Amino acid sequence: MTAADAAQAAAAAGAGGQGDGAAGATSGGPRGGGCRTSSRLERVLREGHFAVTCEIGPPQSSKSEGILKHASVLKDYSDGQNLTDNQTAIVRLCSLAAAVHVIRAGGEPIMQMTARDRNRIAIQSDILGAASLGVRNILCLAGDHQTFGNHPGARNVHDIDSLQMVQMVRAMRDEKKFQCGDQIKSHEPRMFVGAAANPFGDPFEFRVRRLAKKIAAGAEFIQTQCIFDMDRFEKWMRMVRDEGLDEKVFILAGITPVKSDKALKYIRTVPGMKVPDELIKRMEGAADKKAEGVNIAVEMIQRLKEMKGVHGVHIMAIAWESIVPEIVERAGLYPRPEVEVEEPAEAEVAVG
Amino acid sequence: MASKEPEAAAEPVEDGAAAGAAEDRAMPAEAAETGAAETGAAGGTGSSHPDFEPKIVAFCCYYCAYSAADLAGSMRLQYPANIRIIEVPCSGKVDPVILLKAFEEGADGVYVAGCMEGDCHFLKGNFRAKRRVQAVKKILDEIGLDGRRLEMFNLSAAMGTRFAEIAEEMTERIRQLGPSPVRPGASAAARPATVPDGAAEHEAAGKQGEVKPE
Amino acid sequence: MIVAEPKPISEVAELVRDSNHLLIVGCGECVTVCQVGGEKEVEVLASALRIMWKKDGRKGTIDTQTIVRQCEPEYVAELAKKVKEADCVLSLGCGVGVQFIAEAYPDKWVVPGLNTSFGGGTVQAGVWEERCGFCGDCILHLTGGICPIIRCSKSILNGPCGGSQDGHCELDKDIPCAWQLIYDRLKGLGRLDLLDAVQPPKDWTASRDGGPRKFVKEEAMIE
Repeated sequence: MTAADAAQAAAAAGAGGQGDGAAGATSGGPRGGGCRTSSRLERVLREGHFAVTCEIGPPQSSKSEGILKHASVLKDYSDGQNLTDNQTAIVRLCSLAAAVHVIRAGGEPIMQMTARDRNRIAIQSDILGAASLGVRNILCLAGDHQTFGNHPGARNVHDIDSLQMVQMVRAMRDEKKFQCGDQIKSHEPRMFVGAAANPFGDPFEFRVRRLAKKIAAGAEFIQTQCIFDMDRFEKWMRMVRDEGLDEKVFILAGITPVKSDKALKYIRTVPGMKVPDELIKRMEGAADKKAEGVNIAVEMIQRLKEMKGVHGVHIMAIAWESIVPEIVERAGLYPRPEVEVEEPAEAEVAVG
Repeated sequence: MASKEPEAAAEPVEDGAAAGAAEDRAMPAEAAETGAAETGAAGGTGSSHPDFEPKIVAFCCYYCAYSAADLAGSMRLQYPANIRIIEVPCSGKVDPVILLKAFEEGADGVYVAGCMEGDCHFLKGNFRAKRRVQAVKKILDEIGLDGRRLEMFNLSAAMGTRFAEIAEEMTERIRQLGPSPVRPGASAAARPATVPDGAAEHEAAGKQGEVKPE
Repeated sequence: MIVAEPKPISEVAELVRDSNHLLIVGCGECVTVCQVGGEKEVEVLASALRIMWKKDGRKGTIDTQTIVRQCEPEYVAELAKKVKEADCVLSLGCGVGVQFIAEAYPDKWVVPGLNTSFGGGTVQAGVWEERCGFCGDCILHLTGGICPIIRCSKSILNGPCGGSQDGHCELDKDIPCAWQLIYDRLKGLGRLDLLDAVQPPKDWTASRDGGPRKFVKEEAMIE
């Protein structure tokens, strides 16, 4: 059984082709087809544009200025802005509130949600709340283990996993059902549902198969782990295309600009990350390391733009959000396309 | 004691035994320090408790240490009379409970002497003994009795001289550490293990006669 | 079996600080096998505490008794005579044992000497490892006999997560990735098809909370 078959077999109801907008956990279906949500990101992707998303890390305080500042700039250079959910298990301003701040700044938030800190009740509740405040995109994640963060003694939840979360959010939207099966009588949350994929994790040969599972569960867009080993990523993409998965889901390739060779060497030690020696050598040899980091990011994006099946890039400039405009411009991805989104009549209007 | 150090260090030891050896090597320096501090009170012998005759229990493996003790006797080697030898069929026969009981009953020091590593008659008995001694050392530290009161040694049946050296080495070490605070008749206030107190020592020395009539 | 670890002696000493007639109770089951609460360990702890007490000039008695099973009332009843003489009972049983003793002797102060850790087995002499999380709804038939609930650090049912690398978990190079193990085993057995199904959220009602879980086997009942 191939991974594609698996996706097909496991898809609920086995309902028809991609992009048909029908209810049920069918595939995400890139290009064409009607939008299922009023997400601007979804519209950009379905219209066939090469999408750009970026990341804003909320602060370890209740100060919203930083988010507002970054969002007000990044909204013009990207089609969606991820708000991380207590990344590396360090307590930060919550992704839901951060997403609302982004809306206030005129941006398009992608709310990250981990299974680490919330059970299915809390997750669904937060999704209802987020949707009521105008959040239209969600990225479902397992979450970094709490021992990496500043509360290693915390008890984690992991009531459901990221795949099950995808399934749950899709069912809330398309079947108007809570996870327990109860009906959502009105105003179901209409989120464009994303998941993560790590082309560099092990077992490598299972990675694509698991991606197929995520698609079967209902993932519509995928943001990958940041890429440094372009060759391995290409190999992974080949496998993705062989299974026809790039026809079923939008794939946004992860890019992280780094400021130094030291940063690269550190990233290399992070589990699930691969950094080739040549890249480290290149950074070591650079006179202006920051500039070289930007050069590398731009070159990578240019290579990704040419790669079949890659529908966009996800720029994770960790604690370096200000560099994103330069990268986007130099990669020839500015200005971003203007798209029209229909506000669903029943959805409440976002806060001003 | 310092003169025996190189020989002790030269013995084929590994892991825990190496740690033990390292501890042995560390002893003279420490002893010198406490000894120096005590010089005035102790009459410049370099020992913290010169009049203290420790009671030391040695669990000796029949195949090595016990025979080495025999040999030491045949060779007419002098070694301290403080050692009470208990013959065991293998150092691996020595259980943590037995080691603790010895201390509970008032021993000032205890050691286990087994065969050279790799030479155990029962293959791995001495390795087990080594681990158990380490575990009990930890317990002794935890309960404030000082793990240095317990040690593991390895020797062969042919090492009569080494047997005598170990006896001296342990006697000297325990003398430095002072009487066990759990000796019958001793009380905590009177006998802190690490802070030598002249008056307490005399009391201990005085009582020693009472508690060991043998 | 239930695997437990000893509490530090200093902590135990603090727990029995006010006792003058202590009874230490061992258990002949799991904690004997994992060598933390059997007859031997009871004697070691008793001896260590006696030394401590003597050192501190404390008068008091420490008695010991090891019973077949602390998790069964008929064996716990055998403690009656010694419990009566004691003013405090220190159990070296698992958490179940401590509670059964406390229930059987309502007027006695009962304290734990162990930290009950997990359901596991002996992987080599002196090393015990967790295998079961007592979730009450076994899925091992889906995962090649390797439990992702307890062996995956995120209890992922559709693994592996992105942190799996070179066969180990993102948490530590010493922790094998449960999903790598599952993948390898199912691949070896030619049953990778099992991994293609999306496993639905687990029903945790059979797991912890909701009061103590109870199992009744009618035909085993006498009364």
